[in-house]
Amino acid sequence: MPIVMDADRISRALTRIAHEIIERNQGVTDLALVGVRSRGVPLARRIAGVLADVSGEEVPTGALDITLYRDDLMRASVGPQPIVRKTEIPFSIDDRTIVLVDDVLYTGRTTRAALDALIDFGRPKSIQLVVLVDRGHRELPIKADYVGKNVPTARTETVQVRLQDLDGVDEVVVEAGE
Amino acid sequence: MSTAAATALSQKNLLGIADLSPEEIVLILDTADAMKEVGRRAIKKVPTLRGRTVVNLFFEPSTRTRTSFEIAEKRLSADTLNVAIGTSSVVKGETLVDTALNIEAMAPSMIVLRHASSGACHLLSRICKAAIINAGDGMHEHPTQALLDAFTIRERKGSLSGLKVAIFGDLLHSRVLRSNLLLLRKLGAEPWVCGPATLIPPGLVDMGVRVTTKVDEAVEGADVVMMLRIQLERMQGGYFPSLREYFRTFGMTEERVQRAKPDVIIMHPGPINRGVEIASEVADGPYSVILDQVANGVAVRMAVLYLLAGGVDDETVA
Repeated sequence: MPIVMDADRISRALTRIAHEIIERNQGVTDLALVGVRSRGVPLARRIAGVLADVSGEEVPTGALDITLYRDDLMRASVGPQPIVRKTEIPFSIDDRTIVLVDDVLYTGRTTRAALDALIDFGRPKSIQLVVLVDRGHRELPIKADYVGKNVPTARTETVQVRLQDLDGVDEVVVEAGE
Repeated sequence: MSTAAATALSQKNLLGIADLSPEEIVLILDTADAMKEVGRRAIKKVPTLRGRTVVNLFFEPSTRTRTSFEIAEKRLSADTLNVAIGTSSVVKGETLVDTALNIEAMAPSMIVLRHASSGACHLLSRICKAAIINAGDGMHEHPTQALLDAFTIRERKGSLSGLKVAIFGDLLHSRVLRSNLLLLRKLGAEPWVCGPATLIPPGLVDMGVRVTTKVDEAVEGADVVMMLRIQLERMQGGYFPSLREYFRTFGMTEERVQRAKPDVIIMHPGPINRGVEIASEVADGPYSVILDQVANGVAVRMAVLYLLAGGVDDETVA
């Protein structure tokens, strides 16, 4: 199982992305970060940390659970429901530029659900997308604005992002499917 | 029974707390936590149950529970249909089974049933493909009420484990009591019940419940005081001399509440009889969480609807 990103690489990618966010938005005014549960949340927090170091301003950061917006929820006739976790967006997203943060961009379906969920919270000025890994195989017309690393994969493979806060280690691993 | 967190409910229906494991109860409460946030949004609606139909079949009067279920269903984008007894074919003599079969023929995903007969939900669950949610059956169970009570306690106290929960009122006719006692025991709380001897059903001690007829003993050091409604409509038997005497002997007054812990919370499933089981100052007082219970009811019912909407593989059903 090849490690495609180690802790240093992840850290450098997040720092670069933070700088790109500042460059593209000419600062961090009216910016807010929203991490997609689970691993988008610690990633968003880390980017917020870099943004604060560089710009001297705190960027509001929230957490979004997209379970209730999934497009595969009610498709299967029977089966256990995915666990719903809390969405915490303790600020108004109206007229703000929302930077959505997720760990892996694959089919684009999670991002679609996240966009629908966000729009239910208000009317942001714009939404930009950060992903740590883009592994290809899009099924919807969705593209990331900031990418940590493009990782070509086969559909049979899985990409595991492990983060210190949740998994005790920072790494991105591509695993062969069965 | 495993101690690992449950990730799904093992049953297709919610007929009673008796069927739930402690882990399943925690799963429902955790899911309700997330659902509560939906109710705080400007747009209080998520698309989760789009295209699913839920029938609210109420054979007994209900404002709170029916409204609560209906709001929960609508917040999850289900199509809802209310069948109230007064305007249904039941008044023409149709049986419960026939009514249910006719509704079932229109292919709803779930039926929320309230009925005056204990076991009505079990009966329907055997003949219907739709998931059955018990919204109160006779003197048997009212599981979503117990779940919302537990949710409210957990929200205030962090956990139910080891809490002294003193329950007062009409213990004999209460499905709320039964569901609550089962749930409190499963989550490790220490329930006490108190009421006139004529209203204490047999068998409570076997459920691990402390029983007393002395209010002061039950209130002493309680973390939670839960009042049950004196069900005037079920009181033909002359269980106590008068409502005034009941209030004097068992009513929850400011003075009696003083014996409980300083951070006690006062609960009541509603509708409350002011001046019968509870004094107005207590019902409206600072430690009263009665309206929180109502608000939490929606979140808990959303959680139940969501978790049951996935159904259960036939193979996994024992």
